[in-house]
Amino acid sequence: MSFWNSSRSGGLVALALVIALLPLTFPNTYFFNVAILIGLNAIVCIGLNLLIGYAGQISLGHAGFFGLGAYVAAILSSNHGVPPLAALLLAALLVGVLAFAVARPIMRLKGHYLAMGTLGLGIIIAIVLNQEVGLTGGPDGMPVDSFSLLGWQPYGDRIWYWIVGVLLLATVWLALNLIDSPVGRALRALHGSEVAAAAAGINVVRFKVLVFVTSAILASLAGSIFAFYTGFITPGEANFFHSLELVAMVVLGGLASIYGALIGAAILTILPQLLTVFHDYEMMMLGLIMMLVMIFMRKGLVPTLANLLWRRGS
Amino acid sequence: MADFLQFLFSGITVGATYALVGLGFAIIYNASHVINFAQGEFVMLGGMSAVFLMHLGLPLPAVIPLAVVATMAVGVALEKLAIEPARNASVVTLIIITIGASIFLRGSAEVIWGRSFHSMAPFTGSEPIDIGGAALLPQSLWVLGGTIVAVVALKWFFGRTRTGKAMQASAFNPYAARLVGIDQRFILMLSFALSGLFGAVAGILIAPISLTYSGVGVMLGLKGFCAAILGGMGNPFGAIMGGLLLGISEAMTAGYISSAYKDAVAFLIILLVLFFLPSGLFGKRRTERV
Repeated sequence: MSFWNSSRSGGLVALALVIALLPLTFPNTYFFNVAILIGLNAIVCIGLNLLIGYAGQISLGHAGFFGLGAYVAAILSSNHGVPPLAALLLAALLVGVLAFAVARPIMRLKGHYLAMGTLGLGIIIAIVLNQEVGLTGGPDGMPVDSFSLLGWQPYGDRIWYWIVGVLLLATVWLALNLIDSPVGRALRALHGSEVAAAAAGINVVRFKVLVFVTSAILASLAGSIFAFYTGFITPGEANFFHSLELVAMVVLGGLASIYGALIGAAILTILPQLLTVFHDYEMMMLGLIMMLVMIFMRKGLVPTLANLLWRRGS
Repeated sequence: MADFLQFLFSGITVGATYALVGLGFAIIYNASHVINFAQGEFVMLGGMSAVFLMHLGLPLPAVIPLAVVATMAVGVALEKLAIEPARNASVVTLIIITIGASIFLRGSAEVIWGRSFHSMAPFTGSEPIDIGGAALLPQSLWVLGGTIVAVVALKWFFGRTRTGKAMQASAFNPYAARLVGIDQRFILMLSFALSGLFGAVAGILIAPISLTYSGVGVMLGLKGFCAAILGGMGNPFGAIMGGLLLGISEAMTAGYISSAYKDAVAFLIILLVLFFLPSGLFGKRRTERV
């Protein structure tokens, strides 16, 4: 199969085109800002969808990894003079090690116990970020020095847009390759039935740990970039509500769909911005929309719509 | 010793609230295998509507049943309008629906009652009772008494009434229960009504001790979930023990170690327990059938 024929590359090229052409339609920098947030959320959601959608393991604590990535990178670079890129990589390494350490016992849990375990982990991270005032500045948050690499400083929303755009493409490429590889087939097998997968010779625990750590590292990277981009972070990034938002993006867009995670991230990032016109009714509307979409499109937007189109086409 | 007693009293009081919330989780889980993340909002609705009714000048004996019935009605509406239409959806989808419901209820509460904190007068006086040098608020006795009554009533309901036995049967084996003619849709509705009841009772009892506001249900809901998991999901009486255990450990940590990390205790305990006993303290050890 050549590069251009495979549907995998087709989607990637289309995404690259969208990312490249989208700025032409932006009237002001506010749109760049929203697009960057969508990109960062999408990176986390693609990792999370590998875990939830493909491996069938829920996590209600990924905002914890996002927040930890943001804070470790910020503290290392702003308070200890570590070069920003190294700080970002060290944060990813630390989060990866933490995720690996807890993955074995956590991935042993099933269903609602797993939901509770990941939720507890995320909340503990959020509480630590809130309480260690000397290190993190506590609930008031902390400023982050701007990013620089060998004297080059990305400044302004436009440059960050391209950085996040490239990272998003790389993440999608990585995820698409992963699910088409033996790893992806193993994940889908253990989603179907862990016992059957184990009987077929798949090391179930190893694959679950692998995908958990991968998704945690992606969340950490997005968190670090977020810290450098906004220049100010609060423990709110790590809180339970943010974890729920991330899961909602994945489920809304469609489980086991890489582009679904992207669409879900886009919708749930834009929606609150649009709903601000409702002022006091904003939260009510958000809850209502979430419920309605999930009741009427149980499989999420992208799989439901794709199914509709496919049926009409045939 | 006085200190210890003091921490114990406050731990049991808060723990009783967690227990009631955990009970709601367990009842709904048993009937439908749904984790209802809107459970904490039932607590908020109970407390807020009680405060609101008091402001209208109603006497306490009228306020309590009205607030409870209102919350139960919300529970039933949630089940009828959001859970039942999505009956066969996957667990994650159902979780997102209840999260949407929780956001919706909190948003509605902010629209109706605003975002400010409200206080409620204790049921019977605020003069603390001295026991061994520790002060016990009369309201704490109400919380404890209310919880005991609720638990005994639930035990009676499950063990002695036809409907309660039908609920137990459905939890044990939904297919067999349906075969003998138990209406699953009724059971599901009843479970949401009951869990609304326990949530509201918790919210009303605790309102005079801790202030109540539109966001009060978030942490209470999560701690209640901890209680239910700690006791072994789907075991209502395990949830009671789990709630008391969490409340007491939290109070002891706040008193003797650090009040800053008080909220982390429940989650730390739950992680440790899950690492070593993956199905909770009182949960059934399951072997997987293939």
